[in-house]
Amino acid sequence: MISHLPVLQVIVPLMAAPICLIFKRAQLVWLFSLLVSGLTFLISILLLQQVMTSGVLSYELGGWQAPWGIEYRIDKLNAFLLLIISAISTIVLFAAQTSIEKEIDKNKHTLFYVLYLLSLTGMLGIVATGDAFNVFVFLEISSLSSYALIAMGKNKRALWASYQYLIMGTIGATFILIGVGLMYQMTGTLNMQDLSQRLPEVAQTRTVFTAFAFVIVGVCLKLALFPLHHWLPNAYAYAPSIVTAFFAATATKVAIYLLIRLTFSVFGLSFSFTTIPLQSLFMALGLIGIFIASISAIYQNNIKHLFAYSSIAQIGYMIVGFSISTVTGLTATLLHVFNHALMKCAIFLALAAVMYRLDDVQLNNFHGLGRQMPLTMAAIVVAGLSLIGMPLTVGFVSKWYLLSALLEQGWWPVAVLILLAAILTVVYLWRIIEVAYFKQPLVDNAAVKEAPILFLVPIWTLTIANIYFGIDTRLSVQVAQAAAQSLFGLTP
Amino acid sequence: MNLSLELMLQLSIIVPLSATLVIVATGDKPNLREGVTITSCLILIYLVVNLYQGLSLGATISVFWWELLPGLTVSFAIEPLGMLFALIASFLWLVTSCYAIGYMRCHQEKNQTRFYSYFAIAIGAVIGLAFSANLFTLFIFYELLTLSTYPLVTHAGTENAKQAGRTYLGILLSTSIVFFLLAIVSTWFVAGTLDFKLGGIFYADVDKVMAGTLLVLFIFGIGKAAIMPFHRWLPAAMVAPTPVSALLHAVAVVKAGVFIIVKICVFIFGLDLLSVLPTTQFLLYLAAASVLLASLVAMRQDNLKARLAYSTVSQLGYITIGALLATSSGIIGSSMHIAMHAFGKITLFFCAGAILVSLGKAKISEMRGIGRQMPLTMLAFFIASLSIIGVPPTGGTWSKWFLMMATLETEQWLLMVVLMFSSLVNVAYLLPIPFYAFFPVLLSNRESNKAPNQYSSKAAPVGNILTGRQIKEAPLPSLIAIVITTLGCLTLFIYPQPLFDLASAVLSIRE
Repeated sequence: MISHLPVLQVIVPLMAAPICLIFKRAQLVWLFSLLVSGLTFLISILLLQQVMTSGVLSYELGGWQAPWGIEYRIDKLNAFLLLIISAISTIVLFAAQTSIEKEIDKNKHTLFYVLYLLSLTGMLGIVATGDAFNVFVFLEISSLSSYALIAMGKNKRALWASYQYLIMGTIGATFILIGVGLMYQMTGTLNMQDLSQRLPEVAQTRTVFTAFAFVIVGVCLKLALFPLHHWLPNAYAYAPSIVTAFFAATATKVAIYLLIRLTFSVFGLSFSFTTIPLQSLFMALGLIGIFIASISAIYQNNIKHLFAYSSIAQIGYMIVGFSISTVTGLTATLLHVFNHALMKCAIFLALAAVMYRLDDVQLNNFHGLGRQMPLTMAAIVVAGLSLIGMPLTVGFVSKWYLLSALLEQGWWPVAVLILLAAILTVVYLWRIIEVAYFKQPLVDNAAVKEAPILFLVPIWTLTIANIYFGIDTRLSVQVAQAAAQSLFGLTP
Repeated sequence: MNLSLELMLQLSIIVPLSATLVIVATGDKPNLREGVTITSCLILIYLVVNLYQGLSLGATISVFWWELLPGLTVSFAIEPLGMLFALIASFLWLVTSCYAIGYMRCHQEKNQTRFYSYFAIAIGAVIGLAFSANLFTLFIFYELLTLSTYPLVTHAGTENAKQAGRTYLGILLSTSIVFFLLAIVSTWFVAGTLDFKLGGIFYADVDKVMAGTLLVLFIFGIGKAAIMPFHRWLPAAMVAPTPVSALLHAVAVVKAGVFIIVKICVFIFGLDLLSVLPTTQFLLYLAAASVLLASLVAMRQDNLKARLAYSTVSQLGYITIGALLATSSGIIGSSMHIAMHAFGKITLFFCAGAILVSLGKAKISEMRGIGRQMPLTMLAFFIASLSIIGVPPTGGTWSKWFLMMATLETEQWLLMVVLMFSSLVNVAYLLPIPFYAFFPVLLSNRESNKAPNQYSSKAAPVGNILTGRQIKEAPLPSLIAIVITTLGCLTLFIYPQPLFDLASAVLSIRE
């Protein structure tokens, strides 16, 4: 059983998805999905434990040997990601049933859980697999299900947003497919481990350069790196709230993972950062992205839009850390992947609760919400402070590492820019706080009460996690550091 | 009770913080709630005084809580400077609470539970800050102090308060995030540690330009010290209820700022390094400009609280100068001025609040003749003004004396002139207030001979004030508080020895 864990991680939600259709009652499907997601969470914990103690796990699918068959390869990096994805998925599911009752038609509830589990499968699959083509397959599974999930949004514009995402996502996936195809043409293999050994021989060919370009652009589309981010705000804003909470915390993280995996493991550090000027390119794009997205966030009146832009900015931080291409920089990125998942998931779940009570998340609906939904608003404040990077929250930890990484290289101006960007975060957060705590409630909203307990439990679990992992950093830092070191070929 | 000193140190931070919870829980019974505040004040004083005795007996008191990242710890250690600050803050918290009970009830403020609870958090943050053993711990409490005072500044909830809150938070958070945090991370990088250590933590061969840049970052980053051009938050914060202005914006918050500056000068840079850095002279002149300009701006303010706020900006500059002069008398002067100015300014703010609740007056031009209605308050105002100016028989004399000595020793003639000139300006903007309060007629006679100006148009109310002779002092708890702090100003002149011992011990603690 234990030796099958890598594949179970992906198979369990995949098998569970069609089983959902058997159940007639939405409540049952919900409990079943929760159970399945909890199971994947458990598996990911076991996997992480094993990887941390005994190193890389390799699983040959169907018993076919590695370069020919599909290999699932779990190292510290993807074990960390698997843990994040499955944990967030489980926490989000707690609130799912209450939330979709308001936002999705009753006859589509079962369908929602099927898609949710499929999308979870896709993400876990992308992360777990060690095969480049398999990545594409899972990418499509997760993308297709997420287009459908986003289109379920009550607002008519959800359809348009989903369509936009569909077009951009398909372009991205196609690019990745082309890139993988070119790599296969040059090396005759699809196994990542194998690719990393064979690519250096042909590294100086134009085909490999082209492959690299296609793959990287495709991934950057998926991770909404500036200037390829236009699909994201609408998709996040008009999707059902629970979907937004899930995607905001996981989907872009998976793309970041893919970026790291491809540049560090497959193409190799020297090719990605010396042959190709990826460093200055990503550094510039990351920084511009941080500023443009943060400034855009300031002018949003739909709060889901606002935090969607904030997510794009946070991706910028991860990309800056990544572009430093040192152990500390990569540690900062991985830490931020973990930390940002905690912050954004808490915020978007809180917004889902607001949506549940008010049917809208326009800024003017937040009038007086500090008194009407004190616990929900307090969670937004705490997670928001974490977003700013206040000490004793997780945001501080990743910022500390990012600054250390920048100063290590002597890049003072970038460090100053990163800190300046935090002020923009204060500005957009405070717009909400001022409205929520200083204004009187609107007449229409006078009867609004605190969110139901099924919302508050996951929201506050995440909020407390924001503080807990800001104080006890052993787990996150240790794993992130170990993963970063192993990517650089260092043994801790 | 027989508690260990280490436990007391932790309790002194935890007691005010946990008092918050009890205050919230007892929110619907005002008398009980205020009882909780007063009780926790008394417990805190008991703890801090015991710690003080322990420290003067030569005990080393330090506590380690946990390690956030390798080498980055949350820990506490007591040294004389922090002790001095904690003593002042805890004692004045009691006095201010007493004052606040009178003020808040008389003024019928809303949301009093919120007020008292955030007040307690702020004090907890101040104590934590005072006892921090390293820059990181200090930074945590610094940010906590900013955030916990924000609801106090915006207490009124009006558009005005919201605007002021923006300025307040905007400046304090921005400077701390951009400059202070950058300085801390860089210090960590250059020195490899953030622990406070007498004589500094930098190696002797540290790059002077680098260290000089760090010093600038620190001085700018500590926005709470209100060095120009980052002083705007302090006048903005005056929209808060007067007890907040009195304790936080005359004592706790701004003193936290200058306290950190002194602490960084002594324990991060060390006086030897500080005196050879290329940027020290520039910062000295900047602080001097802050002293001078703020004094001049203060003269032009008609709102009493705004005038006092600018006066605070100016006096904070004195302390910064003392620290940057990097001599022992400068440090002693700065440390003593933290205490002296605290007592003087808190009295002035108490008086301003008393005038506001009793007579409903906030503008200086309306305060002529009020000495007849509030004789005690105005007498207190007079004495506290003397202490700010620095003339006997008040405590301010001593600290200004040491600061002058420091400028003499280092032959900073220009600074000496600035300090003396600023004291003259202090006379010009503080003393007329009690003077005209007691002798309004002199003024109106003289003014009628002069060309009409902004004052003469308001000369009409004088007649009314003269007829209203009944005494109308502030509510009793507030009055008691005023008397206590005024006596404090006088006592510190007659009996400055403990304070001086503590201040001079800053530079000579054992390793």
